[in-house]
Parts: sequence; C-alpha cells; structure tokens
Amino acid sequence: MKTDIDALYKAAEIEEAISDPRTAHLVIDKDQVAGANEVEGLRVDPTPIEDGVEVAITVEEGAVIEKPVHMCFGVTELEGLQKINLNLRLEPRSKVGILAHCVFPQARDVRHVMDAEIDIGQGADYSYLEKHVHSPSGGIKVVSRAQVNLAEKARFHTDFELIKGRVGDLEIDYDTRCERESVMEMTAKVNGSGDDRIKIDEKGQLLGEGARGVLNTRVAVRERSKAQVNNELIATAAGARGHVDCKEIIQDEGEANAVPIVTVKHPEAHVTHEAALGSVDEKQLDTLMARGLEEEEAVDLIIEGLLS
Amino acid sequence: MGILEIRDLNLAIEGETILNGLTMDIWEGHVHALVGPNGAGKSSLAFSIMGISGYRNVEGEIHFKGEKINELSVAARAQRGITLAWQEPARYEGLTVEKFIKASPKGKDGLGVEEALKALGMDPGKYLDRKVDSSLSGGERKKIELASILAMDPSLVLLDEPDSGIDVASLERIFEAIDSLKERGVTVLMITHSETVLNRAEHAFLICCGSLIDKGKVDKIARYFGEECVPCDHKNHPQLNGERAIGAGGERE
Repeated sequence: MKTDIDALYKAAEIEEAISDPRTAHLVIDKDQVAGANEVEGLRVDPTPIEDGVEVAITVEEGAVIEKPVHMCFGVTELEGLQKINLNLRLEPRSKVGILAHCVFPQARDVRHVMDAEIDIGQGADYSYLEKHVHSPSGGIKVVSRAQVNLAEKARFHTDFELIKGRVGDLEIDYDTRCERESVMEMTAKVNGSGDDRIKIDEKGQLLGEGARGVLNTRVAVRERSKAQVNNELIATAAGARGHVDCKEIIQDEGEANAVPIVTVKHPEAHVTHEAALGSVDEKQLDTLMARGLEEEEAVDLIIEGLLS
Repeated sequence: MGILEIRDLNLAIEGETILNGLTMDIWEGHVHALVGPNGAGKSSLAFSIMGISGYRNVEGEIHFKGEKINELSVAARAQRGITLAWQEPARYEGLTVEKFIKASPKGKDGLGVEEALKALGMDPGKYLDRKVDSSLSGGERKKIELASILAMDPSLVLLDEPDSGIDVASLERIFEAIDSLKERGVTVLMITHSETVLNRAEHAFLICCGSLIDKGKVDKIARYFGEECVPCDHKNHPQLNGERAIGAGGERE
C-alpha cells in the first residue's frame, strides 16, 4: 500500500508539498483517504462512500490560505472506479488556491467521476488547477462535473489540464452562476491522440450587474481522436461582460467540433466569441522548419505552446 | 560559382506569373540586397529558395552548394544551411522566447539563447519567459526571430524586409547582427526597398515583374532603382520592352 501511495506522490510530483506541515493536503487513492493535513482557516472533512470519498472543504470567513492546497486523486491499480463528491465552501472574504493532481499512471480500465458543488462567498477568491497524469494506454474515463456559484464580488479562476499521457474518454461539464461584480475565468487544455474522446461543456451565467466571465478552450486532436466543445455564455445584467475563446488544432484523422453559444439579454451587456479550428498555421510551421526542425517536431512544439 | 545558383526560375500562382526566367548567383560569405518595387517577386523568390509551401512548384533550377534542392522540404533545406526571417514573423500562442530560440539547432558557431538576445539589444531577463505572441510588438518579434537565426549555424540567411516595423536604434542592432553573421562567413540576402538597407550590402540585384533587371555594385543599383523605378510603371522593364534583361546570366561583377 505504501509503495502505491509513494508512486502516486511521485507521479503527481507533490512529494515536497506533502511533507510540508504548513501545506494543506488531501490524498485519496481509489476509495481510501491516504493522507490529509489541515491548516488554520481550512477544514477538510473526508467521508468514505461506496467506490469513493465525499469531501467537504470549508475555508473560514476572512481566512487567506497562503500556500496552495494540494489534492491528489488517483488510482494506482489497473482497474477500478473512483467517485469523488466534493463540497467546497469559501466563506466571505476568504481566499484559497487548490492544486488537484489526478493521477492514473497504469490505468487499463479506470473510471474517475468527480461531482463538485462549489460556493464562493462574497468577496472570496478561489483558484483551482486540475492537472491530470494518465497512462499511455488510454484505458480511462474521466467525468468532471461542477456547479459553481459566485456571490457578489467573488472571483473564480480554474485551469483544467490534461496533456500528459492519453486522454481516454473525457467529459467536462461545468456550470457557473456569477452574481454582481463577480469574475470567472475557466480554461481547459487537452491533448488528444489515439482514439481519445473529448467532450467539454462549459457554461457561464453572468447574472449580476458588472459580472465578468471568460471561457478558454485549447484542444489538440491527433491520430483518430475527437473533440466536441460546447461553450456557452449568458449575460442578463447591465455591465456584464464575457468572452468565449476556443482554439483547436487538428492533425492526422483527428476531428474537432466547437459550438460557441452567446446569449445577451440586456442592452448594456456585451459578450464576444472567437473560435479557430484547423491544422497548424503554415507560417508557424514553416518558420520552425526553416530552423531545421522536421514537420512532426515543429507541430509538437506548436501544440506544446498552445497547451502550455 | 556561387553558394546559391538560380537558373531560369519561373513561378506562377493561380495563373499569374510571379517569377519570370530569373537567373542569378549569390556569392558565399557576402551580403547581398535584392531590391525592386512592390510586387516585383522579391519575397516570392526568397520563399522559393526556402521551399515554403505554395512556392515550391517552380520551374527552373535552384542549386545550393552545388546540390539541386528543388525537391527538398523546408526542413531539409534548413538542415543544409538555408534559413529565412519573415517580414512579419509568425506568432506562437504559449511558446516562450527561450523555447522558440532553443528550437534552432545550435551549430558550432551558433550563439546561446541569452547571447543571441543580447546581440539584438534585448535583455534576456525581460524576454526569456515572454511568449512569442501578440503581446510582443512586430519589431520585438522580428529581433527574436533574428536571435533564433544567430543561435543556428546557417550558411545562407534570407532576410525579408529586415527594417520593416523596426525603430532606428533597433535597426542598428539588426545591422550589427548581420555584420556578425558575415564575420562568421555566413552569406546574407536581404530583401528590401529601403536605401538604408541596400547601402549595407556588398552586391545588389534589381528585379521587376519576376525577372532580373540589373545586378552589381550597390550604388549603381541604388541609382537605377531610385531614378528609373520610382514611381514604378514598369516602363523601363527591358523584357516588357522587347529587350534582354540587363546583366542577366549570373556572371559576377
């Protein structure tokens, strides 16, 4: 068991953070809590459920958690189901950043299902980076669903990153509701290959006056992989501002589909969108090849940049 | 014999003649300028030499160091020592200046990333982590592109409008970089319609409507270009007037 957990730490590159008593962390291997550490102002309460763990996290009013909280969710076995039900509550004027490492280094038939309810209180600030490390075989299905509520002047920034190993089958479904003068920015970066399937549904509702939101998606699909990206921004209040930005690079027999939906229901609201789908830009490619890189190396570098 | 020999080069794109029987030699270790009015075919010639997509379907022959390179890919030509800097350099989302310059394979005479940036008057501390995207000005990207060439070990550098979008101080840095390439024995072909750039060359070519009008000493070409071509109505184009192009044939002057 210890060897498995050590492998998880290593794959997630969090050995140093885990050994620091001033850094909060939570490590879940399949359906077992393998490690947890709280810091002042932050309460972490994990409860075992069938095939997983329910986790309640509270950041107390006014608490500013200086060091990022490390969460590690993984399955070190070849097969299995991991369910994570996350209830995260940031009380007013609190601030926290979470680095979530989702590690499935040997997956052959693994399912990871995350359902999150996130409430960000008035003036609170939450940033969340979810970084996946998958096996090279692609035997994994990841479902990541979140309902995020931003109170007045709250801030939410999230990055979802799946660029190491094969994606497998990925479904992201995020819905955010933004109240007055709150700010939301969601970014997803996914690198598909083989027969990977990627489905991203992101919705931002700019409900309060002066609410602002950005949805960014960066996807590469190579070989026979497919991506479907549905980004939706709805602005219903005066001064609400939003932007949807989707870029997808398609190589080989890859296939990408992007549907940006923007809805504005107030004359003083403003939402823009841009989407660019296609092969690698010829000029970018020719420039790198004019330095001596082979076409494949040049494409790799361009995609690495796009997903960085 | 030149390091680059171009013989009777013709290129048509969508039925329009771009290069028209162009013949010229580029001499090893020298700095050359290629001038001509807008639409003369200057950049198209550079792209054809580099083998850029859309410019490879040429008739005629391009020889580099004695080897015919018409069929080679851009990468293969670069691996033999040819490289190109664009008038308007590409932008790369997310790619850092450091990674972009490091992508150039370092040759025995190539500069390190920091040295290359300093050679263009750029502070590595400020630029290494910047992205080669629209957050940089066109002039900054132009200098970074040249830095990536200084990091290589090329034999022939094609510079498309090296002064375009560049302020006076930066232009001097670019000229210094060109001088350092020459000191390393690198051959340079600058495409320009600026007299300032033209005057930094040792030899010059004048082309119009895709064919060579004249070649030779810089002052002669500058005079002809300034007096006969501007404003350009092609009235002095020898082939359009039934004459043979002046000096065409590749002989060195």
